[in-house]
Amino acid sequence: MKKYIDDFIVTGNKRINPEYVILTLQLHRELPDILPGQFAEVRVDNAPNTFLRRPISIHDVDFGMRQIKLLVQEIGEGTRVMGSLKEGDKLNLVYPLGNSFSDPETKEVLLVGGGCGVAPLLFLGRKLKENGITPRFLLGARDKDGLIALDEYEKVGEVNVTTEDGSMGTKGFVIHHPLMRTDKPAYDHIFTCGPEPMMKVVAKYAEKHGIKCEVSLENRMACGIGACLCCVTDTKDGNVCTCTDGPVFDSTYLKW
Amino acid sequence: MVDLTVDLKNGLKLKNPVMTASGTFGYGEEYEDFFDISQLGGIVVKGTTGSHREGNPYPRMAETPHGMLNAVGLQNKGVDYFTQEIYPRIKDYNTNLLVNVSGSTVEEYEDVARKVNELENIPGIELNISCPNVKEGGMAFGTSCPSAVSVIHAVRKVYDKHIMVKLSPNVTNVAEIASAVEGEGADSVSLINTLLGMAIDAESRRPLLSTVTGGLSGPAVKPVALRMVWQVSQTIKIPVVGLGGIMTATDAIEFLLAGASAVQIGTANFIDPLVSVKVIKGIGDYCERHGINSVTELTGGMITD
Repeated sequence: MKKYIDDFIVTGNKRINPEYVILTLQLHRELPDILPGQFAEVRVDNAPNTFLRRPISIHDVDFGMRQIKLLVQEIGEGTRVMGSLKEGDKLNLVYPLGNSFSDPETKEVLLVGGGCGVAPLLFLGRKLKENGITPRFLLGARDKDGLIALDEYEKVGEVNVTTEDGSMGTKGFVIHHPLMRTDKPAYDHIFTCGPEPMMKVVAKYAEKHGIKCEVSLENRMACGIGACLCCVTDTKDGNVCTCTDGPVFDSTYLKW
Repeated sequence: MVDLTVDLKNGLKLKNPVMTASGTFGYGEEYEDFFDISQLGGIVVKGTTGSHREGNPYPRMAETPHGMLNAVGLQNKGVDYFTQEIYPRIKDYNTNLLVNVSGSTVEEYEDVARKVNELENIPGIELNISCPNVKEGGMAFGTSCPSAVSVIHAVRKVYDKHIMVKLSPNVTNVAEIASAVEGEGADSVSLINTLLGMAIDAESRRPLLSTVTGGLSGPAVKPVALRMVWQVSQTIKIPVVGLGGIMTATDAIEFLLAGASAVQIGTANFIDPLVSVKVIKGIGDYCERHGINSVTELTGGMITD
């Protein structure tokens, strides 16, 4: 897929909680094709101590409105500056980068997200719904305030939640939810994104039950386009770039 | 009209003094969506070794103030894969393609150089005797005169086109190494490779790189690079190619004024994939503004009196 460099205009900055914001970005022309699971490399201006672009997954796309949304977790100076952007500010993106989640061969799918990893699942769920598949989400967070934009997910599919403190949904991690405690899962394909320990247990569960599992990795990267070879992950074929061969991988391909 | 061409001699003529640095521009293909890469003076492709290398384990990169550390460790599929699979795809790029040649032994350098010598559309190699991220070879060859000499001596015998030698800044006297390399018949030198550095996460008490140490690049190293380019160009007669933290045309011009005949752009490609064309244009604009007809007039043009 062709990659682009564009200046977007910030048309919305919605604060979800002290840690997360959702940025809405507008392009002056038609958006190129963008697939669920892809990401953008965001140049953060006015962040004196950061230097590289920030890889941020595409949270949602509205092709008609020429808008994309990014879910940003403020974890360092770069993302904090992104979180403080105002309407009318410019943001330079290299996009769309990486591969994408595959088209499932089944209608029974489970989308498992934890923390900031829920971000790409909304766009994925929307695409699945367009293709006649009702996605079932399983979203995990530390507490109910950490659950992000649930109403948006509810518009697209069935939403199940877990919180570590039990303040909403099932208490514990996603793996403790009844959907993942059964020996007869009602789905044949899992898409997951979130903290690596979470994805590992989800993948282990999937493999045990013969379910296809696609995971989306968030390795530290510099270029985002396969030039620097910094973001590698170990696979059956040795080290491959997360940015170009991923970020989405079949869990059985990875050497975790 | 400003003449931007630069002749680095022995078959390496650049349409402008801006090349992209090894390990930061892939094989050029990665950047084709963004601009017409035939505009470049040259592309130095990824470090190539005798056989396939996996490189170092993740994490291999850490961002530091105004720079980044990397510890990729020469991941590549080996020279045969390059000649058979990659070269046919990129050979008609209409810019100078240089292969960055690396190895663990003198014989490995020789083997790679001999195979690359057969490739018609590769006018030169950049001998990497300065990689800080491999256990054997790499920088070890570039930090003492006798070992640098041994590599250049062996490769010169099997490689008749342009040999650019990439020098390490992790030495006491870079000019001494440059002189030794010149004495063995190198056609040019490029400097600097990355500066050895490290970073620690204080909270977890762990190093940020799997290898603990890595190579620092980016604007943080520019003053060091500029100083070394100046020292080396005062000492040797063959052309010097300057690199280290170039982000803008002004940075590039500073390297030319310090004594470089051409420059390479590295880490900046990660932040702005279009940086090289912007630098080319900026150098042309500068020359026009200063009434300079040929970019070669800038080389060593620093005024010290």
